[in-house]
Amino acid sequence: MSRGPASLAWRRLRGNHVALAAAAVFILIVAFVLAAPLWSSGVADTGPNATHTVEKVEVDGKQREVVSPNGTPIGPLWFGAGGKFFLGADGRLGRDEMVRLMYGGRTSLLIGILAGLLATVLATVAALLAGFYRGWVDAVISRCLDLAWSFPVLLLGIALGAALAVGGLQVGPIEISSGSILLPILIIGTVFTPYVARPLRGEVLALREREFVEAATAQGAGPLRLMLSELLPNLWSTIIVFFTLVVANSMLLEASLSFVGVGVQPPNSSWGAMISSGFKLLYTTPLLTVLPGLMILLTVLSLNIFGDALRDALDPRSRVRLEVEAHTGRYEPGSEVA
Amino acid sequence: MARFVLRRLAGMVLVLFAISVIVFVIFNVIPNSDPAQRMAGKEATPQLVAAITEEWGFDEPLPVQYLKTMKLVFSGELVSYSSGLDVDEQILEGMPATLSLAIGAALIWMFFGIVFGYLSAVRAGGLTDRALTILAVIGISMPVFWLAAIFLYYLTYKVELFPASGYVPLTENPLDWAYHLVLPWVTVAILYVGLYSRVLRSNMLDSMDAEHVRTARAKGLGERQVMRRHVLRNSLIPTVTLFGLDFGAAVGGSALLTETIFSLHGVGQYAIESTLGLDLPPIMGVTLYAAFFIVFFNALVDIAYAYLDPRIRLGSSAR
Repeated sequence: MSRGPASLAWRRLRGNHVALAAAAVFILIVAFVLAAPLWSSGVADTGPNATHTVEKVEVDGKQREVVSPNGTPIGPLWFGAGGKFFLGADGRLGRDEMVRLMYGGRTSLLIGILAGLLATVLATVAALLAGFYRGWVDAVISRCLDLAWSFPVLLLGIALGAALAVGGLQVGPIEISSGSILLPILIIGTVFTPYVARPLRGEVLALREREFVEAATAQGAGPLRLMLSELLPNLWSTIIVFFTLVVANSMLLEASLSFVGVGVQPPNSSWGAMISSGFKLLYTTPLLTVLPGLMILLTVLSLNIFGDALRDALDPRSRVRLEVEAHTGRYEPGSEVA
Repeated sequence: MARFVLRRLAGMVLVLFAISVIVFVIFNVIPNSDPAQRMAGKEATPQLVAAITEEWGFDEPLPVQYLKTMKLVFSGELVSYSSGLDVDEQILEGMPATLSLAIGAALIWMFFGIVFGYLSAVRAGGLTDRALTILAVIGISMPVFWLAAIFLYYLTYKVELFPASGYVPLTENPLDWAYHLVLPWVTVAILYVGLYSRVLRSNMLDSMDAEHVRTARAKGLGERQVMRRHVLRNSLIPTVTLFGLDFGAAVGGSALLTETIFSLHGVGQYAIESTLGLDLPPIMGVTLYAAFFIVFFNALVDIAYAYLDPRIRLGSSAR
């Protein structure tokens, strides 16, 4: 019995224990952030933005201040207060760090996934158009993508974030207010589009020369059908791998943007924004900086490892090449080393 | 060669123009609020807003606005309206710290990238090899500013190994300069060492089977000489290409955040502090200059390549 490429890939992936462990870690993290309302109402009995500045909490029969008079928040109580302030409070405002970590993770993951989706969809469309029509369409699209290379990702994100932070964005009837998390999603998704589009375009260009495209054309397939039912199915494996890696990178960029104040805006929070506020208390409560960063590291690491393995499973030949691209986001003839 | 350089420079000028248009569009066209109000900063008086509208030409057609904006940026008249400071002066002042960080970090990551890459290629599958794979993937999975903050807490505060912050000019005291920069250098370099060694390793493994290597062995060269002269040398080319691309990204990316955490008072910290205050003129200046720097740097790398490898310049002019 012959096996399809998907089933072969799955067999290779199944044998890769590191990749499976990474996938498990990622699923655990998703479960962790999805459980936020349960923990919030069932255990901690407080919301992510509820302040407890002057309150006291009973720990093993003793009353303790959530925030001491000099502004230092209470440390992790674990289950000392029945799960309240499991990881301590987050600063002067005395918010529950554990609850914030769970809700913040929702924002971080949501932005990462949606921005990744946006970048992949935009890139696929651009790559299909450029690779299919070639000629001037390709020239225009490729030059635009080239231009984006000249900007460091972070700086472009910061420039867009800062410019849009005051009045938000209005395109025709669509208006996005400056505090909305749609704004970072849009910015991050746009910034990463060229890095996915360029290698995809190369692939479309190569696929277009293959016999099956010629066969479909001979059967009378129009451009749309050629692109969607002939070319696109052959791009899926690359798209899926890139999606994983772009989600990882989007989460990192979100963290950086939020760290400098142009990403997620209060009252929303994210792991990056939490590092930013925790950093102010680095010398008294380092945990507030360490924890959200550790969550980002775990999530991004699991995605990177899984994406890496997925690529190996789908195309064992392309190992380092994509790693380089995912990191630098560049696809240059010189960096094609696999 | 001269023709290649000219072509490359002409292309560069076009790209620079396009970039300036993009920056202009990002700051003055896309956002949904009065641009003068935005430029003026948080505490703007109506007089200031009116003066800015006049100076930047916000009530005039877009091409005029564009010209006025570029004139402001490149004549050195760009001013932060919230702090009153001249943007170009601030950027120039921050350059030594930023370049010290970026160049130092680049030297470290290239050096260790090559050493580790060489070692792991020679003993593929060994301990070094595996450790580097792990380092490479962790390196690209961390927010760099977080790593910087962790170093700051554990290595300057918990264990007082390094000075906490600040930049000492090289001309003032070279030892102190290096001492203050060690941690920031390591922070930036760590992200790249794993990656670079992996790239070099895979290149070396590929070229080990190449014919010129077989020839070298056949004529009786020792293993070490074969590896160094024939395998390593040829494998360095893609690594150097990657470096040309990454260096610009490092200056405008990881170095930006790292120098902020370590208070090096460089261009990056200036940009980040302006961002926190939503002070747009400095952000605009830094973005534009950084993009220009990267384009310029890439052109230099290309030209250096064409000089070193005739195939490149012949290939381009034949196209």
